[in-house]
Amino acid sequence: MIKIATKRKINMVIYHILVCGFGLVMIYPLIWMIFSSFKESSLVMTTVTQLFPTEWKLSNYITGWKGFGGISFATFFKNSFIITILSTIGGVVSSTIVVFGFSRLKFKGRSIWFMLMLLTMMMPSQVLMIPQYIIFNKIGWVNTMLPIVVPEWFGKAFFIFLVMQFISGIPRELDEAARIDGCSTYKIFGKIIVPLVRPAMVTCAIFAFYWKWDDYMSSLIYLNSPTKFTVSIALKNFTDPTSVSDYGAMFAMCVLSLVPIIVIFLLLQKYIVDGIATSGLKG
Amino acid sequence: MLHKKNKKLSRLIYNPNVEGYIFILPWLIGFFCFTLLPFIISFVLSFTDYNILEKETNFIGLANYIKLFTEDRLYLKSLAVTFKFALISVPLRLIFALAVAMILNRKTKAIPAYRVMYYLPSIIGGSVAVSVMWRNLFSKAGVFNSLLQLIGIPCEINWLSNTNTALYTLILLYVWQFGSAMLIFLSGLKQIPVTYYEAATVDGAGPVKQFFSITLPMLSPIILFNLVMQIINGFMVFTQAQIITNGGPVNETLVYVLYMYQKSFKYYDMGYGSAMAWILLVIIGFFTALVFKSSSQWAFYESETGASKQKKTRKERKK
Repeated sequence: MIKIATKRKINMVIYHILVCGFGLVMIYPLIWMIFSSFKESSLVMTTVTQLFPTEWKLSNYITGWKGFGGISFATFFKNSFIITILSTIGGVVSSTIVVFGFSRLKFKGRSIWFMLMLLTMMMPSQVLMIPQYIIFNKIGWVNTMLPIVVPEWFGKAFFIFLVMQFISGIPRELDEAARIDGCSTYKIFGKIIVPLVRPAMVTCAIFAFYWKWDDYMSSLIYLNSPTKFTVSIALKNFTDPTSVSDYGAMFAMCVLSLVPIIVIFLLLQKYIVDGIATSGLKG
Repeated sequence: MLHKKNKKLSRLIYNPNVEGYIFILPWLIGFFCFTLLPFIISFVLSFTDYNILEKETNFIGLANYIKLFTEDRLYLKSLAVTFKFALISVPLRLIFALAVAMILNRKTKAIPAYRVMYYLPSIIGGSVAVSVMWRNLFSKAGVFNSLLQLIGIPCEINWLSNTNTALYTLILLYVWQFGSAMLIFLSGLKQIPVTYYEAATVDGAGPVKQFFSITLPMLSPIILFNLVMQIINGFMVFTQAQIITNGGPVNETLVYVLYMYQKSFKYYDMGYGSAMAWILLVIIGFFTALVFKSSSQWAFYESETGASKQKKTRKERKK
């Protein structure tokens, strides 16, 4: 009897060591980068195998923050935050409105539009980037944040899908009861549905935030002047392998650019996990 | 007068049909302006030699398409590279995701912490910072070589500029981000009733048999969904290839979207780029259709597996 118990315990320990060990291998590169950013810059690539810095220094962050061409990373972070927050709010709000229309209202042509909406979900944005560029170029939006932000304000198929999964769990009787009590459709939406789907909206907001924050291609295409750069495009220029030799500063800024995402992830993990589980969203 | 107008207006906005359209209006506008219109423009452009820098645009028929497949060696190269990338990295990512999900499908207190560890790469993987990091992992004096040296294998290869290994560093980065697929599998595994396994054990089925007869069939709709999304993502890979290797060495990592980007936004050859975009769309459409068509052979839908999943599969079918 004791033997079985100890055997089980040993198995358990082995399990945890293996899972933990493999997990550490997975995130080792990240840990390495974080510790490297606190090393003396000249030592970063010469003491690669030594994980911990001999001396903890913040100097990399100070030199890195200065950025390039006289523009500091403060500008880039500001740009990124403005773009990300505007598109996140717009995307989540518009998607929630659209979901209500699709899932709770009956109107002519509903199923056709719904099919089309699902089809656009499969449509990769890269396919449309050329004509979109031409359109935005025609109306003078190139080199502003508008082409990156505005298209997000018209409901995103992924978020529509996610909120829809959630809304289908809210009993329709609630709507009907409210209608009998004299609520208009708009009131039902604002007073009943919106408060109830808030968790799904938070999940969407997290995804919207971190997709936009990581977004590289549209910044690359639409932003030309360095004062308008987002963090990702600035980071690309800052770390150009042909010009950079300050590895410390490079890693410091890389780490800093990941901070908003990691903070949000750790704080709101539950919403992400739930969101992924219910909708099968890509990450 | 104003009162009358208001009344008319209010009767209009409270009409059920109008109400529906008011709510889906944001999506409708977005659909027409940012999807359908560009879609049509793209189609038309693909038959022209449109270049944003040049004033004249000529209708050239199928010339772009013919050129792509007969003259443009780089294009064929990019096609080959992308297929290789997707066909290796997507299955690997899904296998890792499933394996780790099965390992983590236990009840211990440490699971949330492990989940964070395995999911974190997915969260940050698409960022420029991680690509920069990857570049320094696999350079000649990078972390990977140094660690190899430490365990006694001296290695002088620059993994990123070696034509044999460059693409594999990108594949590794892609597989590294298996976390989101893992979470989806994990939630799928939780929905399989334990009684199935118990019954199988009583009947004398071993773990391998149980995996192939219970786990895989029960997960098949989720695998299907993941497969489609991952294939699409695999074909869309761009950031990593652009930052880590920028298509080099000798175009060994020139993935499709990267080449399309270079043609359209470096040389502004947008008619040509549009033709590439359309072929890409056809390829993706083909793979999606293939997966869905074949799914009736191997995906298994069961009526007991919970309402939410059922809805998902129904939606998948609609697509």
